[in-house]
Amino acid sequence: MTNSTDRGAMADGFNMGKFLESYGILIVVVVMMLVLAAIRPDVFLSAQNLTNILKQNASLALLALGMLVVIITAGIDLSVGSTMALSMVTIAIASRAGVPWPLVLLIGPAVGIVVGWVNGVGLTWLRLPHPFIMTLGTLNIARGLTFLVTNGAPVSGLQPEVRYLGQAYFDFGIFAPPAGLPASLIVVTVCAVGLWFFLTRTSMGRHIYAIGGNPHAARVSGINVDRVLVVVYMICGFFAGLAGLLLAGRTDSGFPNAGIGIELDAIAAVIIGGASFFGGRGTVLGVLAGVLIMGILRNGLNINNVSAFWQQILIGLVIIIAVYIDVLRRKASLRH
Amino acid sequence: MEPVRQSPPGALLEARGISKYFGAITALHDVNFHVAPGEVLGVVGDNGAGKSTLMKILSGLFVPSEGQLLFDGQPVRFSSPKDAQRRGIEMVYQDFALAGNLPIYENIYLGREPGRKLGPLTLVDHAKARTMAAEHLDRLHISVKSVDQNAEDLSGGQRQAVAIARATAFDAKLVIMDEPTAALAIKEVGKVLDLIKSLKQHGVAVIIISHRMDDIFYCCDRVMALYQGSNFAEAPLDGTHRNEVIGWIMGTKGHNEGLAHDQLN
Repeated sequence: MTNSTDRGAMADGFNMGKFLESYGILIVVVVMMLVLAAIRPDVFLSAQNLTNILKQNASLALLALGMLVVIITAGIDLSVGSTMALSMVTIAIASRAGVPWPLVLLIGPAVGIVVGWVNGVGLTWLRLPHPFIMTLGTLNIARGLTFLVTNGAPVSGLQPEVRYLGQAYFDFGIFAPPAGLPASLIVVTVCAVGLWFFLTRTSMGRHIYAIGGNPHAARVSGINVDRVLVVVYMICGFFAGLAGLLLAGRTDSGFPNAGIGIELDAIAAVIIGGASFFGGRGTVLGVLAGVLIMGILRNGLNINNVSAFWQQILIGLVIIIAVYIDVLRRKASLRH
Repeated sequence: MEPVRQSPPGALLEARGISKYFGAITALHDVNFHVAPGEVLGVVGDNGAGKSTLMKILSGLFVPSEGQLLFDGQPVRFSSPKDAQRRGIEMVYQDFALAGNLPIYENIYLGREPGRKLGPLTLVDHAKARTMAAEHLDRLHISVKSVDQNAEDLSGGQRQAVAIARATAFDAKLVIMDEPTAALAIKEVGKVLDLIKSLKQHGVAVIIISHRMDDIFYCCDRVMALYQGSNFAEAPLDGTHRNEVIGWIMGTKGHNEGLAHDQLN
């Protein structure tokens, strides 16, 4: 059914395209690091600065990993910032109330899973026309709850065990404090590897991609699309709750204003990382690269004393350029 | 008291008195038919005649309001496509229902991935799925560049071939095809129709919904017409001709060659 005449010629071009599609984004990260290393070698490459970049972006990385799963299904979750804050203050309040620390550690992710469940059930049972609406609702509800339980004031003073994941770092006796391998990086790495395995190697992971590619095809293939969508929003909520745990540890507080607008950063990281807003496309590696690109860009502008206002303008431009490159690439692949 | 009806001998699937209502709308009313292994049944009818509703009932997407389905002589009830698939009833959709972002082999085994079960999940064995897909496509004489090609990179005919490969990947007994050639380039139609004939040779029952008389008369054994949601007429293919079948679609009987407007003599 195919004309297989140009098999050899196609194979070479195909592999190169495939390579760039999978790893091109990492080249961007490396180039950015080289440029910054050339401009400010003393500051940028210092162990302390690199540690900072990793620590500051750990929560965003977790939010973006969760957002990736949602965006693959052609959905969106606007509530992750509020969910993170709700998880953070719940942890802080529980920790202050003397709840045993192993339970406190579980509370953060549990709060996230509950909010995610509400999102998924609202979307599938109420048949709301788009996840934008359901999660816009829970964005407000979760933030309102956050202010309600704290009266709008930060709660500080967490148990050391609760702070550990967000605050600890391992200097291995090589780095001078406060530099080293942050524990939060290990959390992000474990989550990223776990999510990668789930998305690429399990049936439900593949069904998530199929739902994003063609929900009708998924349904008639016997996939329970509603059930998978509920799980998808619960996964996203879980990562938001875990992000709250890291942030609570790093700042030693539950801060009710935390993460306002951070859902947009998470979406930006996912999109810069090459995921399609229309669903069906996106990788864990791309998302991590997207987070690093935003993190390194901000860091690079900071250490070069560029104002925060310019940072925002540049990030906006990066989002537009990243998606435009994707559009061009898609066009080129349609042409052959 | 209704008369006790006997199944036609050798029927694989039989529908008895199927009706389907959507609120006040009657989509199907008392529809009866049967299909045997290795038989190709053509179903024709105008838009809104109830063909798609009937096929959705057979494939488990809709539950009939009244009536009964018998599979191998046993009453069956399908509440999801999965139920119908378990019995070996597969549907090929007009738009092929493929996930364009997934490779051929994943589309073929979507929802039934080979691999190790782990609670509610399956650890997908991609290597095994690739090999199985390649072997299955070979059996059907479908050639593709690679089973790793994404469905969105295929031509209409190739997509239809992959959709048929998916429908037959698990020992299908009945394959239902909705307008199998409507989305194809003309040069691809023949290959897909030949594929249907080869299913018949493998003893698979096939139901084809089509507007194209060429398709019906090329590969069907029997043709049946629905009109306004009910059985209208039915005949073995050698007992009818194109113009009569076209007449059935429009709700008239006894159309013959002489009445046809396209005859010159």
